[in-house]
Amino acid sequence: MFRRWRVGLAAFVFLGVAVYGQNPLKDDPKAAKAGEYEFRINCALCHGLGAHGGGRGPDLTRAVKKHTHSDADMFQVISNGIPGTAMPANGTNGQGVGMTDEEIWQIITYIRSQEVKAPAQAQGNAAHGKELFYGDANCSLCHMVAGKGGRLGPELTGVGGSRTREAIIDSVRNPSRRLAWGLTEATKEFPEEYESVTAVTADGKKITGVTMNEDSFSVQIMDAGEHIHLLEKDKLQSFQKSRESAMPKYDVDVLSDKELEDIVAYLVKVGAK
Amino acid sequence: MRERSDVRSRKVNDFGWRSAFSGGKRFPSNRIIAALKRCATQKLFIALPCIVVLAGNSSLGQVTFERLVNSAKEPQNWMTYSGDYSGKRFSGLDQINVANVRTMAAKWVYQTAATGKLETTPLVVDGILYATAQDNRAFALDARTGRPIWMYQRQVPADIRPCCGHVNRGLAILGDKVFLGTLDAHVVALDAKTGAVVWDVAADYHTGYSFTVAPLAVKNLVVIGVSGGEYGVRGFIDAYDADTGERKWRFYTVPGPGEPGHETWEGDSWKVGGAPAWNTGTYDAVTNQIFWPTGNPAPSNRGEGRAGDNLYSNSLLALNADTGKMHWYFQFTKHDEHDWDATQVPVMIDTPSIDAKSAAGSKHLIAQADRNGYFYVLDRTTGKLLSANAYGKTTWSDTKDADGRPVANQNASPTLEGHMVCPGALGTTNFMAPTYDPQTRLFYVTARDQCDIFSTAPQPYEAGHAFYGSAYFPSEEAEPYRGFLKAIDPATGTIKWKFEHTSPTWSGVLSTAGGLVFSGDAEGNFIAFEAASGKPLWHFQMGGAVYAAPMAFAVDGKQYVAIAAGSGVYAFGLP
Repeated sequence: MFRRWRVGLAAFVFLGVAVYGQNPLKDDPKAAKAGEYEFRINCALCHGLGAHGGGRGPDLTRAVKKHTHSDADMFQVISNGIPGTAMPANGTNGQGVGMTDEEIWQIITYIRSQEVKAPAQAQGNAAHGKELFYGDANCSLCHMVAGKGGRLGPELTGVGGSRTREAIIDSVRNPSRRLAWGLTEATKEFPEEYESVTAVTADGKKITGVTMNEDSFSVQIMDAGEHIHLLEKDKLQSFQKSRESAMPKYDVDVLSDKELEDIVAYLVKVGAK
Repeated sequence: MRERSDVRSRKVNDFGWRSAFSGGKRFPSNRIIAALKRCATQKLFIALPCIVVLAGNSSLGQVTFERLVNSAKEPQNWMTYSGDYSGKRFSGLDQINVANVRTMAAKWVYQTAATGKLETTPLVVDGILYATAQDNRAFALDARTGRPIWMYQRQVPADIRPCCGHVNRGLAILGDKVFLGTLDAHVVALDAKTGAVVWDVAADYHTGYSFTVAPLAVKNLVVIGVSGGEYGVRGFIDAYDADTGERKWRFYTVPGPGEPGHETWEGDSWKVGGAPAWNTGTYDAVTNQIFWPTGNPAPSNRGEGRAGDNLYSNSLLALNADTGKMHWYFQFTKHDEHDWDATQVPVMIDTPSIDAKSAAGSKHLIAQADRNGYFYVLDRTTGKLLSANAYGKTTWSDTKDADGRPVANQNASPTLEGHMVCPGALGTTNFMAPTYDPQTRLFYVTARDQCDIFSTAPQPYEAGHAFYGSAYFPSEEAEPYRGFLKAIDPATGTIKWKFEHTSPTWSGVLSTAGGLVFSGDAEGNFIAFEAASGKPLWHFQMGGAVYAAPMAFAVDGKQYVAIAAGSGVYAFGLP
């Protein structure tokens, strides 16, 4: 039984990767269905049900992806992960047990089947979005894109390439909701998620800002002036955290749907690079 | 055999140990060799002093079954996974205590060079520390200095796919051997002094079997439970002759045709029923019973196709140590669909008798803080449930059956579109070892509040392939996960105190006679708490997350506390 399976797999790999670099299960609806379940088990934790992107993983329903173009690219990324990102190598994320080559091809087939159903991409005016980002909308006071902008909020160069349009819009309209996206520590580099903090030092100095990192005994805070404060908790008069984001809520009266669409278009354009 | 020794010698070179030994070999000192020769040539009656002299050299002592039964008499040693047969993970050492723990400092660090999760609990016997690391590593260190004495590594086949990392939780020791379970499902006996392979027996890893558990040595047997619940294995607990490796008994945790309990499986589902046994059990020498917990039925998160209670998944088993025959069982989660393995260390607790002059009224209990979120106390003589109380956030049960066992709600099952249940798939606790402190009479356990969305993902069974049948995700609307160290009073099931970590931890817990409880956190801290109050008294940043449980030992009259974190083993002591 096992030998037959191994021989089969070897033939599979030979045909699928070594020679053609193509998906041997391309457009196979049965493989796509099997891939859907494999995806749920191995990928959906970050990439969300339906591959639409989650709290951490990019939206994979887009036809144009940041790290992969061909099926062979995708196979390589799933197998080996993407260094410097939260994307782990197959079998190392503590989620799922690691996939066989066949299962990886099934997942690729599934992702390709989802692309067809993906909604149209942002249609806004990217040039105007850039003006707003660095101008009236005040985004760049706290957010950096391509090395330009503030440091208090998340760096956003890649966000347009890795989050859905809906997720970006929701982050602007309801900035605090995203803070509550819990993820298992296996896929998190830091326990904090831009929580807002207020600390009062022994000499009565009040520090407000966001956490850069924290453990039970110390906290590293950046304040609105981008000063980093390194504090030991037992030496503080008080220390309070809030899951209310330091980012103001951008309602439609502050930023119209059209303006927000333009900003999304700008982020998508930058993020695609 | 050649292959194994090649691996080993190469690793020694990789670690640059050659410089530690002259020319890469271990030469006993000339003085000891001369003493040994003298003894060997003398007749028995005059050889007696030699034996005494050699026995007086602590590193030559044999670990007998009697020593393991009476481990409380030698608190300087830590000779089983949980420190003793009862599973208390309590150290009788009190040199490091509430009054002086603030001065505790790191004494040494040993880097294993392993990547991933280091889950080992070291053993210490007579000044030598024995531990394991990922990818089938085992090693022995000078417990005073952390300097390596030997290292063993069995080559890991490229095609193994253990569910949850290439992990190992530790060794057993008996006689002059230590025992290791490997990822490719071998049980290996190593010479305690050299790390040389004495015997090696195998199960087939291709069907999904592996060993990650620290075995338990009982009498002349090495007892070990298998992993593989994510692959649809048929779980078992094995006992091997410690001298020869001959298998003495096997208990299948999924009963076959004609055996009691077989009727709790639909059709042929028993053949791939799971119920692994991947955490170390405990042993009652008075009744000669081994208590061993079991894991999830397979597929882990999908009940369709395996209608019934699915015995003996998610159960505590009481087995006769000599025969493996079951005396009683208790199933914590019937027909589990949430991956709530009951593989937590079952801790034996004896309550004092009401009348100090007799044993009357004394209760022989066994307590388990289960992954399903309830803390169970059983009579360990009969397996009868005495109490079950939630010790974390649970939503899956609103009622209890006639025995007092929480019963799953109708709507707790996973659905295709997903259904939120607390605790999540990782459970309120997991493999992290708890501790029971007989001084405070409190049970300390690492706990997590996390809810998950469970969604079905049907998969056909294929030998050696993942067999989950479901997936789980964090809820986008959910609160951040919360992690705690909780002190439970087993008499009432109430939480006496809790300490909230910055995020959930996978660390186990140790209690000591010094009035202290030790645990680690996901941010890399090793923390000493006041056992009575939960107040943190001391901490040290180790620079890597903790997935292991702490232990304590003493050498030359000096107490140490040790724990694995990141890729290293850390030992702490007073200045």
